[in-house]
Amino acid sequence: MSVAIGDKAPEFELPDTEGASWSAPNGDGANATVVVFTCNHCPYALAWHDRIAQAARDYAERGVRFLAISSNDAERYPRDSYDAMKARVAKEDWPMPYLYDQTQEVARAYGAKTTPDLFVVDSEGRLAYRGAPDSDYDDPGQEAQWLRDALDAVLGGEQPARAETKPVGCSIKWKA
Amino acid sequence: MSAPELELLWWEGCPSTERALAELREALRDVGLGDAEIRTREIDTDADAERAGFRGSPTILIDGEDFAGADGDEIGLGCRVYRRRDGRISPTPDPDDLREALKQAAARER
Repeated sequence: MSVAIGDKAPEFELPDTEGASWSAPNGDGANATVVVFTCNHCPYALAWHDRIAQAARDYAERGVRFLAISSNDAERYPRDSYDAMKARVAKEDWPMPYLYDQTQEVARAYGAKTTPDLFVVDSEGRLAYRGAPDSDYDDPGQEAQWLRDALDAVLGGEQPARAETKPVGCSIKWKA
Repeated sequence: MSAPELELLWWEGCPSTERALAELREALRDVGLGDAEIRTREIDTDADAERAGFRGSPTILIDGEDFAGADGDEIGLGCRVYRRRDGRISPTPDPDDLREALKQAAARER
Protein backbone atom coordinates (compact mmCIF):
# COMPACT_ATOMS: atom_id res chain seq x y z
CA MET A 1 0.00 0.00 0.00
CA SER A 2 0.97 3.59 -0.33
CA VAL A 3 -0.71 6.96 -0.30
CA ALA A 4 -0.85 9.34 -3.26
CA ILE A 5 -0.78 13.12 -3.28
CA GLY A 6 -4.28 14.36 -2.43
CA ASP A 7 -5.31 11.12 -0.77
CA LYS A 8 -6.32 10.90 2.85
CA ALA A 9 -3.22 9.97 4.82
CA PRO A 10 -3.49 6.73 6.80
CA GLU A 11 -4.36 7.20 10.43
CA PHE A 12 -2.17 5.67 13.09
CA GLU A 13 -1.40 5.65 16.77
CA LEU A 14 2.12 4.95 17.98
CA PRO A 15 4.10 5.31 21.22
CA ASP A 16 6.95 7.77 21.59
CA THR A 17 10.15 7.18 23.55
CA GLU A 18 8.44 8.24 26.77
CA GLY A 19 5.59 5.81 26.23
CA ALA A 20 3.07 8.54 25.36
CA SER A 21 0.73 7.77 22.51
CA TRP A 22 0.51 9.99 19.42
CA SER A 23 -2.09 9.85 16.71
CA ALA A 24 -2.09 11.24 13.21
CA PRO A 25 -2.91 12.77 10.88
CA ASN A 26 -5.53 14.85 12.67
CA GLY A 27 -4.43 14.92 16.28
CA ASP A 28 -4.21 18.18 18.21
CA GLY A 29 -5.77 20.25 15.41
CA ALA A 30 -2.44 20.85 13.72
CA ASN A 31 -2.35 23.12 10.67
CA ALA A 32 -0.15 20.51 9.06
CA THR A 33 1.62 17.34 10.12
CA VAL A 34 4.99 16.17 8.90
CA VAL A 35 5.53 12.43 9.19
CA VAL A 36 9.24 11.67 9.03
CA PHE A 37 10.30 8.07 8.58
CA THR A 38 13.82 7.92 9.95
CA CYS A 39 16.12 5.75 12.04
CA ASN A 40 19.24 5.77 14.18
CA HIS A 41 21.86 4.24 11.98
CA CYS A 42 21.40 5.46 8.41
CA PRO A 43 23.95 8.06 7.25
CA TYR A 44 21.36 9.82 5.08
CA ALA A 45 18.89 10.08 7.94
CA LEU A 46 21.63 11.31 10.24
CA ALA A 47 22.97 13.81 7.71
CA TRP A 48 19.50 15.34 7.23
CA HIS A 49 18.38 15.10 10.85
CA ASP A 50 19.52 18.55 12.02
CA ARG A 51 17.85 20.24 9.05
CA ILE A 52 14.57 18.47 9.67
CA ALA A 53 14.78 19.22 13.39
CA GLN A 54 15.39 22.91 12.68
CA ALA A 55 12.37 22.98 10.40
CA ALA A 56 10.33 21.44 13.21
CA ARG A 57 11.43 24.23 15.53
CA ASP A 58 10.85 26.95 12.94
CA TYR A 59 7.34 25.80 12.03
CA ALA A 60 6.09 24.91 15.49
CA GLU A 61 4.73 28.43 16.03
CA ARG A 62 2.73 28.08 12.84
CA GLY A 63 0.94 25.03 14.12
CA VAL A 64 2.93 22.41 12.26
CA ARG A 65 3.46 19.14 14.07
CA PHE A 66 6.40 16.87 13.26
CA LEU A 67 6.29 13.16 14.08
CA ALA A 68 9.44 11.11 13.54
CA ILE A 69 8.90 7.38 13.14
CA SER A 70 11.33 4.48 13.20
CA SER A 71 9.99 1.38 11.47
CA ASN A 72 13.15 -0.66 10.94
CA ASP A 73 13.37 -4.29 12.00
CA ALA A 74 15.04 -3.90 15.38
CA GLU A 75 15.86 -7.58 15.71
CA ARG A 76 18.25 -7.50 12.80
CA TYR A 77 19.26 -3.89 13.45
CA PRO A 78 19.61 -3.45 17.20
CA ARG A 79 20.69 0.15 16.75
CA ASP A 80 17.09 0.84 15.81
CA SER A 81 15.60 -0.82 18.85
CA TYR A 82 13.10 1.00 21.06
CA ASP A 83 15.76 1.19 23.78
CA ALA A 84 18.24 2.68 21.32
CA MET A 85 15.63 5.24 20.27
CA LYS A 86 15.07 6.20 23.89
CA ALA A 87 18.81 6.54 24.47
CA ARG A 88 19.20 8.75 21.45
CA VAL A 89 16.38 11.10 22.38
CA ALA A 90 17.72 11.32 25.94
CA LYS A 91 21.11 12.37 24.60
CA GLU A 92 20.00 14.78 21.90
CA ASP A 93 17.70 17.80 21.67
CA TRP A 94 14.66 16.53 19.75
CA PRO A 95 11.92 19.04 18.90
CA MET A 96 9.56 16.24 17.85
CA PRO A 97 8.45 12.94 19.30
CA TYR A 98 10.23 9.83 18.04
CA LEU A 99 7.66 7.08 17.52
CA TYR A 100 8.19 3.34 17.32
CA ASP A 101 6.43 1.47 14.53
CA GLN A 102 7.22 -2.00 15.78
CA THR A 103 4.84 -3.82 13.44
CA GLN A 104 5.93 -1.73 10.43
CA GLU A 105 2.24 -1.28 9.59
CA VAL A 106 2.50 2.50 9.45
CA ALA A 107 5.49 2.45 7.10
CA ARG A 108 3.63 0.01 4.86
CA ALA A 109 0.45 2.07 4.95
CA TYR A 110 2.33 5.18 3.84
CA GLY A 111 4.47 3.31 1.34
CA ALA A 112 7.63 4.64 2.97
CA LYS A 113 10.74 3.42 1.19
CA THR A 114 13.77 4.99 2.77
CA THR A 115 15.12 6.81 5.76
CA PRO A 116 14.45 9.62 5.56
CA ASP A 117 11.13 9.69 3.72
CA LEU A 118 8.88 12.67 4.47
CA PHE A 119 5.10 13.02 4.19
CA VAL A 120 3.41 16.41 4.66
CA VAL A 121 -0.26 16.13 5.56
CA ASP A 122 -2.55 19.17 5.46
CA SER A 123 -5.11 20.19 8.07
CA GLU A 124 -7.76 18.08 6.34
CA GLY A 125 -5.59 15.00 6.56
CA ARG A 126 -4.64 14.87 2.88
CA LEU A 127 -1.15 14.20 1.63
CA ALA A 128 0.39 17.34 0.16
CA TYR A 129 4.06 16.44 -0.20
CA ARG A 130 6.13 13.30 -0.18
CA GLY A 131 9.85 12.83 -0.63
CA ALA A 132 13.23 14.16 0.42
CA PRO A 133 13.83 17.17 2.68
CA ASP A 134 15.89 18.91 -0.01
CA SER A 135 18.08 18.15 -2.98
CA ASP A 136 21.35 17.23 -1.28
CA TYR A 137 22.00 15.38 1.97
CA ASP A 138 25.59 16.57 1.74
CA ASP A 139 24.78 20.29 1.77
CA PRO A 140 23.50 21.63 5.11
CA GLY A 141 22.93 24.98 3.38
CA GLN A 142 19.90 23.46 1.66
CA GLU A 143 18.06 23.76 5.00
CA ALA A 144 15.33 21.26 4.05
CA GLN A 145 14.06 23.73 1.47
CA TRP A 146 11.73 21.32 -0.37
CA LEU A 147 10.03 20.56 2.91
CA ARG A 148 9.81 24.24 3.82
CA ASP A 149 8.39 25.10 0.39
CA ALA A 150 5.73 22.44 0.83
CA LEU A 151 4.82 23.66 4.30
CA ASP A 152 4.64 27.29 3.18
CA ALA A 153 2.26 26.29 0.42
CA VAL A 154 0.05 24.18 2.67
CA LEU A 155 -0.10 26.87 5.36
CA GLY A 156 -1.05 29.37 2.65
CA GLY A 157 -3.90 27.16 1.53
CA GLU A 158 -2.21 26.13 -1.70
CA GLN A 159 -0.87 22.95 -3.22
CA PRO A 160 2.93 22.69 -3.21
CA ALA A 161 4.41 23.38 -6.64
CA ARG A 162 6.75 20.44 -6.04
CA ALA A 163 4.43 17.90 -4.48
CA GLU A 164 6.59 14.83 -4.88
CA THR A 165 10.32 14.17 -4.96
CA LYS A 166 12.31 10.98 -4.92
CA PRO A 167 13.10 9.90 -1.37
CA VAL A 168 16.83 9.33 -0.93
CA GLY A 169 18.34 7.23 1.80
CA CYS A 170 18.75 3.77 3.23
CA SER A 171 16.02 1.30 2.43
CA ILE A 172 13.64 0.62 5.30
CA LYS A 173 14.68 -2.65 6.93
CA TRP A 174 11.61 -4.84 6.60
CA LYS A 175 11.03 -7.88 8.71
CA ALA A 176 11.36 -11.18 6.87
CA MET B 1 54.90 3.37 -6.06
CA SER B 2 52.69 0.39 -6.94
CA ALA B 3 48.95 0.10 -6.96
CA PRO B 4 47.37 -1.67 -3.98
CA GLU B 5 44.63 -4.24 -4.36
CA LEU B 6 41.31 -2.48 -4.16
CA GLU B 7 37.88 -3.90 -3.54
CA LEU B 8 34.62 -2.12 -2.89
CA LEU B 9 31.98 -4.12 -1.08
CA TRP B 10 28.40 -2.95 -1.52
CA TRP B 11 24.84 -3.76 -0.57
CA GLU B 12 21.84 -2.86 -2.68
CA GLY B 13 19.98 -1.29 0.23
CA CYS B 14 22.23 1.77 0.09
CA PRO B 15 22.26 4.22 -2.81
CA SER B 16 25.86 5.29 -2.20
CA THR B 17 27.75 2.76 -4.32
CA GLU B 18 28.14 4.84 -7.48
CA ARG B 19 29.22 7.88 -5.54
CA ALA B 20 31.71 5.85 -3.52
CA LEU B 21 33.18 4.38 -6.68
CA ALA B 22 33.47 7.79 -8.30
CA GLU B 23 35.15 9.26 -5.24
CA LEU B 24 37.53 6.32 -5.04
CA ARG B 25 38.48 6.70 -8.71
CA GLU B 26 39.05 10.41 -8.22
CA ALA B 27 41.22 9.77 -5.18
CA LEU B 28 43.25 7.24 -7.17
CA ARG B 29 43.81 9.78 -9.92
CA ASP B 30 44.82 12.39 -7.37
CA VAL B 31 47.58 10.17 -5.97
CA GLY B 32 48.83 9.03 -9.36
CA LEU B 33 47.16 5.62 -9.38
CA GLY B 34 44.51 6.32 -11.98
CA ASP B 35 45.10 2.99 -13.70
CA ALA B 36 44.49 0.91 -10.59
CA GLU B 37 41.85 -1.76 -10.86
CA ILE B 38 38.88 -1.65 -8.50
CA ARG B 39 37.02 -4.88 -7.93
CA THR B 40 33.46 -4.70 -6.69
CA ARG B 41 31.60 -7.35 -4.74
CA GLU B 42 27.97 -7.42 -3.74
CA ILE B 43 27.17 -8.49 -0.20
CA ASP B 44 23.59 -9.66 -0.04
CA THR B 45 23.17 -11.97 2.92
CA ASP B 46 23.95 -11.75 6.61
CA ALA B 47 26.22 -14.78 6.18
CA ASP B 48 28.16 -12.99 3.42
CA ALA B 49 28.47 -9.94 5.64
CA GLU B 50 29.78 -12.04 8.50
CA ARG B 51 32.34 -13.80 6.31
CA ALA B 52 33.55 -10.55 4.78
CA GLY B 53 33.56 -8.55 8.02
CA PHE B 54 31.24 -6.18 6.19
CA ARG B 55 30.40 -3.16 8.34
CA GLY B 56 28.00 -1.56 5.93
CA SER B 57 27.86 -0.29 2.40
CA PRO B 58 30.16 0.91 1.01
CA THR B 59 33.20 -0.76 2.54
CA ILE B 60 36.53 -0.24 0.82
CA LEU B 61 39.28 -2.78 1.22
CA ILE B 62 42.84 -1.72 0.48
CA ASP B 63 45.15 -4.71 0.23
CA GLY B 64 42.42 -6.73 1.88
CA GLU B 65 42.06 -4.43 4.90
CA ASP B 66 39.02 -2.31 5.69
CA PHE B 67 40.61 1.10 5.27
CA ALA B 68 38.14 2.72 7.68
CA GLY B 69 38.95 0.34 10.51
CA ALA B 70 36.66 -1.80 12.59
CA ASP B 71 35.32 0.74 15.07
CA GLY B 72 31.77 1.96 15.20
CA ASP B 73 29.62 0.14 12.72
CA GLU B 74 28.38 -3.37 13.37
CA ILE B 75 28.89 -6.23 10.95
CA GLY B 76 25.77 -6.74 8.85
CA LEU B 77 23.71 -5.52 5.94
CA GLY B 78 23.33 -1.79 6.37
CA CYS B 79 24.57 1.57 5.20
CA ARG B 80 27.87 2.61 6.64
CA VAL B 81 28.15 5.86 8.53
CA TYR B 82 31.29 7.83 7.75
CA ARG B 83 32.34 11.10 9.29
CA ARG B 84 33.98 13.73 7.15
CA ARG B 85 36.96 15.64 8.50
CA ASP B 86 34.74 18.66 9.11
CA GLY B 87 32.48 16.55 11.33
CA ARG B 88 29.62 16.03 8.88
CA ILE B 89 28.07 12.59 8.68
CA SER B 90 28.26 11.06 5.25
CA PRO B 91 27.44 7.79 3.48
CA THR B 92 30.88 7.83 1.81
CA PRO B 93 34.38 8.31 3.23
CA ASP B 94 36.14 11.65 3.34
CA PRO B 95 38.18 11.89 0.10
CA ASP B 96 41.18 13.15 2.08
CA ASP B 97 41.08 10.00 4.22
CA LEU B 98 40.94 7.91 1.06
CA ARG B 99 43.87 9.73 -0.54
CA GLU B 100 45.94 9.37 2.60
CA ALA B 101 45.23 5.65 2.88
CA LEU B 102 45.98 5.08 -0.81
CA LYS B 103 49.28 6.93 -0.58
CA GLN B 104 50.34 4.89 2.40
CA ALA B 105 49.34 1.64 0.70
CA ALA B 106 51.14 2.57 -2.51
CA ALA B 107 54.32 3.34 -0.59
CA ARG B 108 54.41 -0.09 1.03
CA GLU B 109 56.68 -2.72 -0.47
CA ARG B 110 54.82 -5.66 -1.93
